[in-house]
Amino acid sequence: MALAVPPFERFYEAHKDEVLSFLRKRVGRERADDLFQETFLRALRAYDRLEHGEHLRAWVLTIASRLVIDGARRERPQGELLEEPAVVDRRPAYEELAPLTDGLPPKERAAVVLRYGYDLGYDEIGAALGSTEQAARQAASAGVRRLRKEKRQR
Amino acid sequence: MSPVPATLDERFREAAASADLLDAAFDVLDETPVGPLLVGVTDRGVCRIAFDPDPEQELERLARLYGPRVLRSSKAVDRLRRELAEYFERRRRSFDLELDLRAAPEYQRRVLAELARVEYGQTTTYGELAARTGNPRAARAVGAVMNRNPVPIVLPCHRVVGANGSLVGYGGGLDRKELLLRLEGAIL
Repeated sequence: MALAVPPFERFYEAHKDEVLSFLRKRVGRERADDLFQETFLRALRAYDRLEHGEHLRAWVLTIASRLVIDGARRERPQGELLEEPAVVDRRPAYEELAPLTDGLPPKERAAVVLRYGYDLGYDEIGAALGSTEQAARQAASAGVRRLRKEKRQR
Repeated sequence: MSPVPATLDERFREAAASADLLDAAFDVLDETPVGPLLVGVTDRGVCRIAFDPDPEQELERLARLYGPRVLRSSKAVDRLRRELAEYFERRRRSFDLELDLRAAPEYQRRVLAELARVEYGQTTTYGELAARTGNPRAARAVGAVMNRNPVPIVLPCHRVVGANGSLVGYGGGLDRKELLLRLEGAIL
């Protein structure tokens, strides 16, 4: 029987460092440790249903990204305004994107962060989001349009 | 990018094993009297013990036989590790472990079941074992089954020797067969 995906051990070893540093940049050290475990437990739950082993990096970053978004939703009190993020020079792109994209719908946000923060191709993002390359491209550009609009309104 | 700290890594592996999400778990026992052993378990029991393991190859094998969710986990193999340690210290004469032999074909399973009855410190011959599984002339076939034993030591293929008492062969090398038989006091 040919393997559709690599053994989980290999997948985990290949991506664990990047997932943890992604999470630490988004939510800080302490929360990141919890979300790290949750990310890979979720990946493990879905792993035997994957049909192929392409885009695994995008897939697991998307799981992590969704956990961050879900956590932020639960914690943010209703109606509170988003804080203006302090933009510091020389920080990596995804770090600046994190607070900026907080207000986007989840799919658009994931597409924007994965495209501009992690430099993934639209084909990879589409696979990660369970849709197509075309849909990923549209989600990213809708996200960017929405960000521009929000910026003008502030 | 800084590496995942060992405690966090271990915490995840432990959580994965306790959450019952793995098709198979494995670990490498680095210091045993017979060298490093890779051991594998599923939720049904012990499925693999390998001498001189090539972890990549063993990983592929476990994934192919049991499913892709294979993870190294020290906790998952706790009991096997403990019983092996006791065996090597001569504090244990039989293993109290479930086995998962579903990957072995029917004939192999029958021979292995017969093998499991050969007691600590005793030896038998390939011919005798063949006779006990129904065909006295199948000594060679029995030899082939011993050579492919998925869980050596726990299923004691080291206790099977030639009709003239010579050790004949061992999947893990004759030195190890001799060491195990000496440990059990079956040879001097």
